[in-house]
Amino acid sequence: MRMSLWEYANPKRFMGWTAPVLPVVFGLAGVCLVVGLVWGFFFTPDDYRQGSTVKIIYLHVPAALMAINAWIMMLVASLIWIVRRHHVSALAAKAAASVGLTMTLIALFTGAIWGQPMWGTYWAWDPRLTSFLILFLFYLGYIALWEAIEDPDTAADLTSVLCMVGSIFAILSRYAVLFWNQGLHQGASLSLDPEENVADVFWLPLVVCIAGFALLFIALVLLRTRTEIRARRIRALEARVRRA
Amino acid sequence: MLRVQNLTCARGGVPVLSGVSFDVAAGQALILRGPNGVGKTTLLRTLAGLQPALAGAADYPQDQGAYASHADGIKTALTVTENLAFWADVHGTILSDGIFATFDLVDLRDRMAGTLSAGQKRRLGLARLGVIGRKVLFLDEPTVSLDGFSVRLFADWLQNTHLAGGGISVIATHIDLGLAAPELDLTPFKAAPDVGGGSDEAFL
Amino acid sequence: MIALLLRDLRLAVRAGGGFGLGLAFFLIVVVLVPFGVGPETAVLTRIAPGILWVASLLAALLSLDRIFALDFEDGSLALLATSPLPLEGAALMKALAHWITTGLPLTIAAPALGFLLSLAPEAYVYLLVSLLLGTPALSMIGTFGAALTVGLRRGGLLLSLLVLPLYVPTLIFGAEAVRRGADGLDPTGALLLLGAITAGTFALLPFATAATLRINLR
Repeated sequence: MRMSLWEYANPKRFMGWTAPVLPVVFGLAGVCLVVGLVWGFFFTPDDYRQGSTVKIIYLHVPAALMAINAWIMMLVASLIWIVRRHHVSALAAKAAASVGLTMTLIALFTGAIWGQPMWGTYWAWDPRLTSFLILFLFYLGYIALWEAIEDPDTAADLTSVLCMVGSIFAILSRYAVLFWNQGLHQGASLSLDPEENVADVFWLPLVVCIAGFALLFIALVLLRTRTEIRARRIRALEARVRRA
Repeated sequence: MLRVQNLTCARGGVPVLSGVSFDVAAGQALILRGPNGVGKTTLLRTLAGLQPALAGAADYPQDQGAYASHADGIKTALTVTENLAFWADVHGTILSDGIFATFDLVDLRDRMAGTLSAGQKRRLGLARLGVIGRKVLFLDEPTVSLDGFSVRLFADWLQNTHLAGGGISVIATHIDLGLAAPELDLTPFKAAPDVGGGSDEAFL
Repeated sequence: MIALLLRDLRLAVRAGGGFGLGLAFFLIVVVLVPFGVGPETAVLTRIAPGILWVASLLAALLSLDRIFALDFEDGSLALLATSPLPLEGAALMKALAHWITTGLPLTIAAPALGFLLSLAPEAYVYLLVSLLLGTPALSMIGTFGAALTVGLRRGGLLLSLLVLPLYVPTLIFGAEAVRRGADGLDPTGALLLLGAITAGTFALLPFATAATLRINLR
């Protein structure tokens, strides 16, 4: 009976506690982003090699981190759905996907903008950029599968399986791309590695920006999960009216 | 022996039947009745294990169940014999000559299934049940597009071979097969709008 | 399990087009490439390994949606699910049948098409070996994709969208092996990794495919 209690209570309980939490998370995210970005853009020195272009890391690095974290969150949520049949978790995975997709796009665009002055081209088949492009395709497929299936529980099941299998192949692709690029260029000469390029003075505002992006990610996922729960509730109510 | 206890089954995540309970003893058949959409197909698919029950259970030897509906898995590019031999192979049984006679397929043995008439195709689909040697059959409208003669052929096989050999069958049908079998009207088991277990329940 | 494999192969032969269509597509793609990039032999030699791998990947993709679609429509899949044959085994046999009807003919035809693209002479053996090692993975991954989209009315395009990103590692290692062979480098590492991916997909994906089929049959 414990199981059925979980299933019955959780979407409602989730709606209950997220209602007051959501504005707080949005507020904190806003504060962190404003502080981190203003600090990073206007109160740090220009890099001796890269000039002011380096400052795009305050958008690029946090977005890239969140792009990966969103997929990891989807994987965990999918596992919880498969094991516990916990509706909120399936819907949270669905909610995280489009946020993750957006973060991947931001990372790709800022990477291209950064690449122009650094490499003289907007796009290079750098292993890291390529990996994000592949991640983008994984997000597209996952979201398309959610959209294509009518029955929400079937969609949750199938996307969960896809997410698990996709995770394995995403990791494989990451290493395959490293292998492939080394094969072409004899070692990565174009690196976007922040550890190599970023001096200590840039780190603190970067950490604040990462915190801001993480909070923004949480807030957006909560908001979208709430929307998905409401959509399911409407569906359930409509079904009940039809049966009555 | 098939024992169904307090079964609730759903179509598209919505409960359609609840509290279904019945017993069928070895050598017996049960005819399911009820208007279209009451959930006969859903019940049969649930019993056959193709979809999970929301509540309750159906007890029978798990390796003895077989399901048949109008979609009977006949490959039009295979001959009648090849179609049956495939299912015999999958089920680890031997395709005997008798089965062709029983279902009046002797003259059609080497015909491509694609060239058969609708009724002949149905006989082939039903002959599969005689080939696979399963004891507990869940049949969904087995006599669609069969003429009177073929219906009698099938009813005879069901009565004289399957049931006489200790088999069980649960049959959803609109026509009279002429079996001395009890009937179960599913209308009283129609799930009330507030019955629990649907996939959307957690959101209400 | 063998019965299912034999039945699928027999159906592929009788239905016609099972073998031919993928091969014809492979041929057309390879023939079109020089029209696009120009007839210089040096350029074609350089891009031949990649073109041959991408073309065979697309040719394998072409027939994926038929793996389960017909069996799903005529009810065979539901009957198989209630038969003593485990669905995992059925998934494995389906992938094998797809490989025999598409992957294997592509592998055999590839050297002839390599000739059209002036593939480096040293690379032929690696083209053959890499396709032989890699195309089974394409079939197995494709079978999983086909199982995901089997219940959908217009699953074909979605199937490509789901399967192509999963093909990335196989493509990279496969084409890399041929390229290294053509450049006179040692392709053993790429071939070993390609073999590892094929072995891994055949170990894991039948289970994922069977789980997916059960969900879609509900």
